[in-house]
Amino acid sequence: MALNVALVSPTQKVWSGEATFVSARTTEGDLGVLPGHSPLFGVLVDGAVSIKGTDGTTQEFTVSGGFLSVSNDRVSILTESVN
Amino acid sequence: MGAQLRIYRRRMRSVKATKKITKAMELISASRIVKAQQRVTASTPYANELTRAVSAVASFSSTNHPLTTAHENPRRAAILIISADRGMAGAYSTNAIKEGEKLAALLRERGLQVSNFLVGRKAVNYYKFRNREMAGTWTGFSDNPTYENAREVADALLDAFLADSTQDSLGVDEIHIIFTQFRSMLTQEATAKRMIPLEVVESSEAVPTGLLPMYEFEPNAGEVLNALLPRYIQARIFNAMLQSAASEHAARRRAMKSATDNAEDLIKSLTRLANAARQAEITQEISEIVGGADALASASAGSE
Repeated sequence: MALNVALVSPTQKVWSGEATFVSARTTEGDLGVLPGHSPLFGVLVDGAVSIKGTDGTTQEFTVSGGFLSVSNDRVSILTESVN
Repeated sequence: MGAQLRIYRRRMRSVKATKKITKAMELISASRIVKAQQRVTASTPYANELTRAVSAVASFSSTNHPLTTAHENPRRAAILIISADRGMAGAYSTNAIKEGEKLAALLRERGLQVSNFLVGRKAVNYYKFRNREMAGTWTGFSDNPTYENAREVADALLDAFLADSTQDSLGVDEIHIIFTQFRSMLTQEATAKRMIPLEVVESSEAVPTGLLPMYEFEPNAGEVLNALLPRYIQARIFNAMLQSAASEHAARRRAMKSATDNAEDLIKSLTRLANAARQAEITQEISEIVGGADALASASAGSE
């Protein structure tokens, strides 16, 4: 079981691939997503998004606002700008 | 060299210079179409995800958000026209402007006032020349729009939308967009679409199908929609701008290609005319010499 993650900005697909864990900061606080998470739609605040890939590496991104949607082990993170 | 021949040669030189320019413009546009198309493709995942999200939120929550519900008694509508900054693109800008006129007439029939938001110098000049009111204009980025540009335009439109149309003379109840859809290298089509109130489910766009899941919203559906819809509008305007940019380059390439072809034809026929003129000159000179020699011969023959 792995999460199918896509981090997209208006101009490009920043990162996509398989991951075991995703964490992001929503307006309500930090949020972690593991495989099998229930469908969720959250508003992100400025902060770090970290994606732990299936190969064990962890990717860190700083996003400025955006959205996180989880459904059927598919995680999409939409953001206006990524650093 | 005779006068006629000189005139033909001069015209040929000027047509050749024009041809060089149009050929260069054709090649530049051709290389930019590819880049513009790539940008459209690169922006699609974001637009698709956002469309999917908006459909999910709008169809699964009972929130009556002003952006999704039609105004009962609309008074004013905004039209956003996306045209080019530069000419030399055939009927590209004209088509978009014409489509805008059609839509404006339609809206007026429904009893709505129309306020115009214009992108691109061509549309702005068209409206300025006719002394029409413009609610907002943006120029200088039609062939290479950035997300920032799209956000600026979207913000102005949303401001107008959120202002109360009954009190504020700038407030609008509907927003329509006119842009040029990039179907292929050969076909681009000026299209009018209603952006607000949202027609969330659109069959023309390739939205990933399948059952939409029952989402949990964080913090809640209303808040999510509040945050989501402006982004959605921005993304749609951005996508429209990118498609229009690709269409502009394609239209310019085609216009410049036919200009180059026409210049070639012109050069060919001018070359023929110049050759004929040169030949006529030579023939005349020969007949003059022969005639002169004849006259001399017959004169000296008579004196003997």
